[in-house]
Amino acid sequence: MAEVKLLRTQGLARHFDGIKAVDGVDFTLHQGEIRAIIGPNGAGKSTFVGLLSGRIKPSAGRVEFAGRDVTGLPAHKRVRMGLAYTFQITNIYKEMTVLENVAIAAQNRLRPNMLRRNPGGEAEIERLASEAARSVGLGEMLGETAGTLAYGHQRLVEVAMGLAQSPRLLILDEPTQGLSDGEIANFNAVVRKVSETATVLLIEHNMDVVMALADRITVLDQGRVLAEGTPAEITASAAVQAAYLGEPA
Amino acid sequence: MVLHNKKLAALCLAVLVLLFALQFVLSSYMILAATRILILAVFAMGYNMLMGYTGLLSLGHAMFFAAGVYASGMVTYYFGVSLPLAFLIGILGAFAASLIIGLLVLRTQTVSFMIVTLMFAQAAYLTTLYFSRYTGGDQGLTLPTSARSFRLFGQILDMTSDLTRYNIAFAVFAVTLIGLYLITQGPIGRLFVAVRENEDRTRMLGFDTYRIKLVAFTVSGTVSGMAGALYGLMFGFVGSSFAAFQTSIEALLYTLIGGPGTLLGPLLGTTVMTMLIDRLSGLTTAYLVVIGVLLIVVTLWFPAGILGTIRNRWLPWLK
Repeated sequence: MAEVKLLRTQGLARHFDGIKAVDGVDFTLHQGEIRAIIGPNGAGKSTFVGLLSGRIKPSAGRVEFAGRDVTGLPAHKRVRMGLAYTFQITNIYKEMTVLENVAIAAQNRLRPNMLRRNPGGEAEIERLASEAARSVGLGEMLGETAGTLAYGHQRLVEVAMGLAQSPRLLILDEPTQGLSDGEIANFNAVVRKVSETATVLLIEHNMDVVMALADRITVLDQGRVLAEGTPAEITASAAVQAAYLGEPA
Repeated sequence: MVLHNKKLAALCLAVLVLLFALQFVLSSYMILAATRILILAVFAMGYNMLMGYTGLLSLGHAMFFAAGVYASGMVTYYFGVSLPLAFLIGILGAFAASLIIGLLVLRTQTVSFMIVTLMFAQAAYLTTLYFSRYTGGDQGLTLPTSARSFRLFGQILDMTSDLTRYNIAFAVFAVTLIGLYLITQGPIGRLFVAVRENEDRTRMLGFDTYRIKLVAFTVSGTVSGMAGALYGLMFGFVGSSFAAFQTSIEALLYTLIGGPGTLLGPLLGTTVMTMLIDRLSGLTTAYLVVIGVLLIVVTLWFPAGILGTIRNRWLPWLK
């Protein structure tokens, strides 16, 4: 497969009152890969993906997605281009049912304009939504109020909302936080399945998940790229061990 | 076309049948009261579209009600425009006002949104007083006798007849109810609720939430203005009091009592509150104190209002 660049940043930076959360990051993501971003707390991982998704505005630098400069594009338009983002802190519609949550996510693709009817119709929205929910193992809970689910299940709703958008790039911000071992195994299987059709960018603390899933790993430290390579290269890197892996958990 | 939430559709239909039948049993005094209730319920339903479904609490909806009152009333008073046309002009006036003001005030959120809507409404109120030479100010304008009836499809409809007024109010109410049913139920309605529940998430699912809010704001203001136009033309009076702060609060009160974010809540809230004020004011001049206490009780223990509480406890489809 030809290495198509799906996402690229150049000198991307974000400063908060003099603190350099992200400090001049050059980053390239190829289509079809599963990339993990790791780094110690405060390394700027969440800010970095915030910049990619458009939730946070950069202080400097540029972001290209699917060959287009999206630096000035608002977040919702980037999502429309196929850049899906799932939140680190579970951020779902707690009062709605699981199916409704995922249906809203599916709706953006099928019904791009709220005043225009989509050709596929509402049945199509429901079908895609329940399919996405089922694929993360929530098939039995479609009618339940999302806010009443166990924490691990709420995280899966979040992931299903990402999937339902059929994104080109799915950004998962610490998706396995708070999941049990069994749920993590299921999650890994889901991500592998997603990666058949989408590129996955994974921010993750759980090194087992990273090692099991990632094709390549980028290590951030103090807002900069410290290292980048295959899981084996990263494990062997002395610099990474000093900054991150060597630290007690 | 798919009919969403069939139970609610059936309930709405039953309510409409009941309302239509009322005219055969009520006394003429009660018919007049019911006419007022229906028009004010349309106002509250417009308000509910924004406050209940989309979660934006406006303190300035008097300006849209008044936009309808003035746009329709003044073209009738000064240019002798026929009532049906004046009614349409009233709706158009409210549409323009809410679209333009919506574009500005939706840049703010939560408390600032409340303050900015209140500011605009007060400015509008003071404007009606400032130009009292044309608007009649506090004294208002009483529409001439020629504007108290109109001809439609060969029928002469007399605005001084209780039953004619009731049926016109009923027709406008029914159209509003059906229209808002179509807007709020199903996939489109889900987007308004999505903005209310979690705006940030909705944006990150690829929706332009500013635009969703603008649609809600404009629909809300236009429906409110339609109620205003109807009220002014039907009772033949245009005055500044319609634009006063109290009018905004009434819409909020009716919606809160009935159940924000429920389709029939505003009708119930308007009925309960109007009847209550009517009875209480006969008993004591301090009836507003009682209303105030009631409002505190509702806000503390039943923040979802009457229908909202029923929905949360027993009937999840009641929305």
